[in-house]
Amino acid sequence: MKYAYYPGCSAESSARDQHSSSIAVARALGIDFIEIKGWSCCGSTPGHQTDRVLAASLSVANLILAKDMGLDIVVNCAACYNRLKTANYEVKNHPEIRKKVKNAIGRDYDGSVEIKHMMEVLLEDYGKESLQNAFTYSLNGLRVASYYGCLLVRPQEITNFDDPENPQSMDNLIRAMGGESLDWPYKVECCGNSLSLTTRSDLVVSFSDSIIGMAKAVEAECIAVACPLCQVNLDLRQMDIKRQTGKQYDMPILYITQLMGLCLGLSRKELGLEKLVVSPSPVVKAIAATVL
Amino acid sequence: MTIRITKSQTGKSLLNQIREMSGIDLAVCYQCKKCSCGCTVSGHVQSPPSELIRRLQLGAGDELLTSDLIWTCVSCETCFARCPMGIDMVSVMDALRALAIKKKAVIPEGNIPLFNNAFLKTVEIFGRTYDLALMTAYKIGTSSYMRDTDKLPIIMQKKKIALLPSLGANRRTVRRIFRKIRQNKGRLS
Repeated sequence: MKYAYYPGCSAESSARDQHSSSIAVARALGIDFIEIKGWSCCGSTPGHQTDRVLAASLSVANLILAKDMGLDIVVNCAACYNRLKTANYEVKNHPEIRKKVKNAIGRDYDGSVEIKHMMEVLLEDYGKESLQNAFTYSLNGLRVASYYGCLLVRPQEITNFDDPENPQSMDNLIRAMGGESLDWPYKVECCGNSLSLTTRSDLVVSFSDSIIGMAKAVEAECIAVACPLCQVNLDLRQMDIKRQTGKQYDMPILYITQLMGLCLGLSRKELGLEKLVVSPSPVVKAIAATVL
Repeated sequence: MTIRITKSQTGKSLLNQIREMSGIDLAVCYQCKKCSCGCTVSGHVQSPPSELIRRLQLGAGDELLTSDLIWTCVSCETCFARCPMGIDMVSVMDALRALAIKKKAVIPEGNIPLFNNAFLKTVEIFGRTYDLALMTAYKIGTSSYMRDTDKLPIIMQKKKIALLPSLGANRRTVRRIFRKIRQNKGRLS
C-alpha cells in the first residue's frame, strides 16, 4: 500500500504531533507514505473566503504533483482534506473554473486524483480486522468520545466521508482498539476555531465549553480528534474555560493516530504526546497496563 | 417575524450578483429555517442565515452587506448539509464577503479580511503558511497585542508554533497562481 502524503501546513507548526503519530502508525502497519515533494498550502479558509479560483488553484497545484507520482493522496488535516476535495469537485463540475485554474497554474487538471483521509486509508484500505490483529495493547474499555468536527463530514456532496450527522469511522477505530466509543450528540458540532483570533473569541470559548462539557456529561475519559484546528482549540482553550467559568475539565484531547500508536506499542516521543497541553497520562497508563 | 426592507438604498438587488458569483439560486428557498436552527453562531448574531436569504429574496441591496453574520459565520457547513433544497449557503457567504470588501461595507470588529490577507501573503511568499509572521502582522494590524498572550509560554514550551518559515514548497507555481489571479482581476488585495 502506497500513498502520496500531503502533510499540510499545520504539520510543521501546531500539529507536529498529528504528523509524527500518523507517520509512525503507517510505518508500524507497513503502509508507505511518500511525502509530496514541493507541496504547498491548500489555501485553507482565507483562500475560499477571498477568491474561488485562487482557492481551487492552490489546492490543484498539489493534486497535480500527486498525479505525477501516480498515487492517491492521503491527508490528515480535516481542513486540507475538505479543500483538496472541493478543488476536485470544482474542476470536475464547473468547466469554466477548470479553465481558469488551468490558466493560473499553466497545466490542465481533470480532478482524477483520489483524496483519502487517514481514517479512510486505515478502515477501508487496510481493514478493521487487520488493524485488530496489529494492536498489541488495548484501550480496555476506555470511554472515548469521538469528535469529528465540521470539515471532514460536510458537505457530504463533496467530502463523501461517512454520514454527515452520525459518522462512525472514528468510533469503529475506537472499537477496534477495544475502547468504548460513546454515543453523544456533539460529534459533528463546530468548535468555532475560525473566530479564534477575532474579537469574538468569547464564542470559541463557549463552543469548546459546551463540547467538552457534553463529553464530560457522558463520562468520557478522553476526546479523540482528527483535525489539528479542533485539537488545538479544545486542548488549549481549557485554560480559558477555567478562567471564565471556573470549570476545570482536565479532559485529554488526543489525535486518533496517537491512540492507535499507543495500542501499537509506539513510544511517547514518536507520537508527540509531550505536545499535548492537558496531560494524557491517565489514558497512557490505562493502555500501558494492557499488554495483549 | 416581520422583515422590513428599504429597497431604495442602492436601487439594485444583490440577489443576481450573488447568483452570478456563486452559481446559487436562492429563489428555491422556502424558509424551512433548518439552516438557522443548526447554525453554529445563529444565537450570537442579529440575522440568522434564513433571514439573510429572505431579505435577499425580497430585494435587499448593499445595506445587507453590514450584516454581522457575514463575518461571524464559521464556514462549518451545517446549513448546506441540512438544506432540503441543497442550497450551498457556504458559497453564498463567500460571495457576500467578497461583495462586502469590494463595496467597502463596514467590516465588523475582528477584521477577518485583514487576517485573510496576512495569511495569503505568507502563502504567496513562502508557498506555505508561516504562523509567526501571520500572527505578528495580524496583531499589529488590529492592535490586539494582549489577546491570548497568556497562552504564549505554553505555545513556546510545547513548540506549537514554528519559529522559522518552511522553505520546501514549490514557490514558483504558487507565485504564478497569485500573479495570474491578480492579472485576471481576482479578488485579491
